Amino acid sequence: MLTLAFALVFFYAPNDADQGFIFKIFYVHVPLAIVALVGFVVAAVFGALHLRSQESKWDMRSYVTIHISVIFAVGVLVTGSIWARASWGHWFVWDEPMLVSFLIVFLLYATYWPLRFSIEDKEKQSRYASVFAIVAGAFVPLNFAAVRMAESFTHPQTATTTTSAPASVTLTFLVALAGMALLFVTLCKYEMASKHATFRLRALRRRLAGDEDELSMTGRSAAPQL
Amino acid sequence: MMSAVAALLAKELTLELRTRESVPSMVLFSIATYVVFHFGLDRDRVTGDLASGVLWVTLLFSAILGVNRLFVAEYEQGGFDGFLLAPVDRTALLVAKALTLFAFLGIVELVAVPAFALLLLGPPLTQALPQLVLVLALANAGIAVIGTLVAGLAIQTRARDLIVPLIALPLLVPVLLAAARCATPLLSDGGAGALPGNWLAILAIYDLLFALIAYAVFDFLLED
Repeated sequence: MLTLAFALVFFYAPNDADQGFIFKIFYVHVPLAIVALVGFVVAAVFGALHLRSQESKWDMRSYVTIHISVIFAVGVLVTGSIWARASWGHWFVWDEPMLVSFLIVFLLYATYWPLRFSIEDKEKQSRYASVFAIVAGAFVPLNFAAVRMAESFTHPQTATTTTSAPASVTLTFLVALAGMALLFVTLCKYEMASKHATFRLRALRRRLAGDEDELSMTGRSAAPQL
Repeated sequence: MMSAVAALLAKELTLELRTRESVPSMVLFSIATYVVFHFGLDRDRVTGDLASGVLWVTLLFSAILGVNRLFVAEYEQGGFDGFLLAPVDRTALLVAKALTLFAFLGIVELVAVPAFALLLLGPPLTQALPQLVLVLALANAGIAVIGTLVAGLAIQTRARDLIVPLIALPLLVPVLLAAARCATPLLSDGGAGALPGNWLAILAIYDLLFALIAYAVFDFLLED
């Protein structure tokens, strides 16, 4: 899907009139951003489900979603800077509400791991992480609303771009968005599978070792345990 | 609920009166920050948006000091267990702590804002005072709610002093932004301008929404 999207980006979508080839980064940057933000909100929902049900699988899902979203957010910041450099001439533009609010959201979520690492008790760790996920997830749309009201509207807005754009651009954009969302889901599933496998392996090893060095086996990880 | 909040609030204020731990250090910190700003910016007087920025950054950082100390007594002396054993709603603790922080911020600003007017601010403050008090109150409410939430989140962590500013600062950016924009016309040369209504509205809505979020999740921070 993503390959198809990239193929469309390169061969099908027309170059932007005044931005030229660099406009094509739009098809990476905007879907990445949308998927990352939706991921943060989804993580908040998982956090709420974890608090409600006290099942560790929801905490795991919340953790994995935030993990992949933060990685996507790094991608957004990098592609955004490249695009900004090319079209505005600066790596970072402070009066861009989208850019600034994305940076704030990224900084907030970057504290998720220090928070998890510094709580010893596993149960408490996952509960506090869920509370953090909910608060931060609610903060994402609020922050965007607040910062956006603040400033100029010079950022190319997704909604206006897609509605006024020719059909080829819209189609490519939608394909890219779907591809990015699928990539996100796949990565999440992959990380979950890998975590499950690690835990199974650890449990089996522990059984082999006869529960002798249980503590040394768990190692130092802030990831939720099953 | 009300009586529990009142009792907790009275306890906090008595504790602060006896130990004098948070408020004096917050006041001293804010005045020291003015001095730092004076040398850092190399200005004798500031006006307009610069004044507003200096004032809000100073108040925000001194608020972080208060947030850091907010639950320390409970944590170290086992106050959480005592509170959980008491047959009262857990929200009472949230409300009482937020009111405590609000009161601390108010007291700090009673000293810090006149000190700012004296040390750094160019235009006189007298005309703009009522509006500035309104902005301060709204921003303090936001800082109090978010600060209580973050303090509750961070109290169980090992690196509390690091976690609090890391989480609180991004969450408080919209408050800082709106408050600084509101205060800019009040502190500019040539008399106080009108308050920007939309920024005031953003500040109020943000306070309200975070109060709701804090109310929804605070219970889980106390479970044991």
